[in-house]
Amino acid sequence: MMTTMPDLSPLYAELFLAGAALVLLMLGVFRGEQSARSISGFAVIALIATAGLVLAGGGETVTTFGGSFISDQFAVYMKVVSLLGAAMILVISGPYMQAEKMDRFEYPVLILLATLGMCLMISANDLIALYMGLELQSLALYVIAAFKRNSQRSTEAGLKYFVLGALSSGMYLYGASMLYGFTGSVGFEGIAQSAAAAEVSGGVVIGLVFVAAALAFKISAVPFHMWTPDVYEGAPTPVTAFFAAAPKAAGVALVVRVMIDAFGTMGPQWQQIMIVVSILSMALGAFAAIGQTNIKRLMAYSSIGHMGYALVGLAAGTVEGITGVLVYMAIYVVMNGGVWVCILSMRRAEGMVENIDDLAGLAKNNPTMAFALAVLMFSLAGIPPMAGFFGKFYVFMAAVDAGLITLAVIGLVTSVVGAFYYIRIVKVIYMDEPAAAFDAPASGGMRVVLLGSTAFTILFVVAPSSLVEVAGKAAASLF
Amino acid sequence: MMVATTAFYVFAAITIAAAFMVIAARNPVHSVLYLILAFFNAAALFVLIGAEFLAMILVIVYVGAVAVLFMFVVMMLDINFTELREGVLQYLPIGALVGVILVVEVLLVVGGIAVGPLSPDVAAAPAPMSSDVENTRALGQLLYTQYIYFFQIAGLILLVAMIGAIVLTLRQREGVRKQSIAAQNARTREDAVELVDIKPGSGI
Repeated sequence: MMTTMPDLSPLYAELFLAGAALVLLMLGVFRGEQSARSISGFAVIALIATAGLVLAGGGETVTTFGGSFISDQFAVYMKVVSLLGAAMILVISGPYMQAEKMDRFEYPVLILLATLGMCLMISANDLIALYMGLELQSLALYVIAAFKRNSQRSTEAGLKYFVLGALSSGMYLYGASMLYGFTGSVGFEGIAQSAAAAEVSGGVVIGLVFVAAALAFKISAVPFHMWTPDVYEGAPTPVTAFFAAAPKAAGVALVVRVMIDAFGTMGPQWQQIMIVVSILSMALGAFAAIGQTNIKRLMAYSSIGHMGYALVGLAAGTVEGITGVLVYMAIYVVMNGGVWVCILSMRRAEGMVENIDDLAGLAKNNPTMAFALAVLMFSLAGIPPMAGFFGKFYVFMAAVDAGLITLAVIGLVTSVVGAFYYIRIVKVIYMDEPAAAFDAPASGGMRVVLLGSTAFTILFVVAPSSLVEVAGKAAASLF
Repeated sequence: MMVATTAFYVFAAITIAAAFMVIAARNPVHSVLYLILAFFNAAALFVLIGAEFLAMILVIVYVGAVAVLFMFVVMMLDINFTELREGVLQYLPIGALVGVILVVEVLLVVGGIAVGPLSPDVAAAPAPMSSDVENTRALGQLLYTQYIYFFQIAGLILLVAMIGAIVLTLRQREGVRKQSIAAQNARTREDAVELVDIKPGSGI
């Protein structure tokens, strides 16, 4: 039996990333532990080069491997966001890893493999490819959550994440088996064709619900968020920063692709799920964060809330809504990079500190970072003219246009509540009795990321249309 | 036909008897041995219906790996099995309930009750005839051609699992003396032997 070679050209970026991960792994194994720093540097270069390859690949819609892999504008956009997010986190994790004696070469290699998983799932065009990408990403994330072996909290975080992640994978597979049984296809086009039939069978709806629940778990949307605060608090800080950035973007991309591509005609069925999930996420993100004293936990709740806002755009289910989601995720990833640089700089002689109170007096000790963090907090709260405001603006506008006025109003109310705890941090920085200064200023890479992130946040208002235009094209490629 | 039917009943009877003995045997080592017997007979049943690939997997994975692992656990860990057995009567009602639920489910499946109409594609999917091509070859032909993409990602996932296992468990222990053959061979007489001129009547 002769088979033709599948077309590999849409896959060049992923092949390059996989090859880079394997080469760096070999390099690390042969050169030993002292090679960690250089491998980390190479990994950053590999991620940026992959992003370049993705962009060079162009945006026309192509599928390969019998329709399992799709490359389109949407995939290009989300891959670039995820890849650059991952590269950013890798740049800022260096100093922490060295200080905590965790700078082993496996860390950048696992980040590369996790990012490869993200690229594969963003480009997944059937249920099996989606699952494989998801597992590749998740397994690497479980390992790096437990990377600080001698810390009980880190091990606990890894174990918790692993057990609950395995549960959600089980739910996904159950839903996927239902979908296959009742639609006769694992491909998104096939499922969409069956779902477009006049009478959708109950089994398809059950499968849809299970798949949606499992994907909501991966992006930590309420009511599947329980793991998030513990894992975020326990995992080493750079790993938490990574969790909050790239996998979130890839996860949201996944939800969008599955809902629009596979279940585009079943809008009323999944839109109500998304509306409920997004309302709950926004509310929990706003209210539960108020009482937090640990900044990593606070960021965990903040990320839950942000997932809620992003899902508002998906709940609208229109091209404008998806555009809003895409803009939101890009802004979210960039803002997060800056915030995590500040959190990673919270180091005193006795080690890392994680309490919000420890930020007191930052305005006096390090005015530049204080200003940057204040800007980023205002942006996370969604206060104009920062970038975060535009993210929220586009999703809420799309929701209003789609007639989901209640949802938009709830979103506005919860952002006002959420603004309280973001602005409290600004208050601690500028007005509270100064605490001891942090030592050892940030590394060059961290400064660049903080500067870039802050500049983007402030200057986004100058030309919002350039990003929105690109996101609009990406969103349109889905419909 | 007669031979196949007889073989089926023999294997099926041994499977059930062995399965019963797994829970009835007093000695846990015997339980594991009965489990292996049950696996072997189940594999024989698979061969009878023409699923020789499943039979091989059952023998390799379950007998070769899982059962041996069980054996290790039973023999190396100091578990008091008589103590574990004490609560059996107490949990019997729950066990019976689970059994009843399983029976009801099997009846429902046989009765053909479904949530919705099964997709006609799946229902009508032709089962490949085992006489045309044996299913090991059929699986191989699909796996390495049509599904090569998934096969490769699965390889990467296993690589991540391997890296993870090493990262999370390998540790360099202090004070372990390792043999370094290169260092031994590189030693010269000058490194190893020191000539000391000792005056009579004094120590070193």
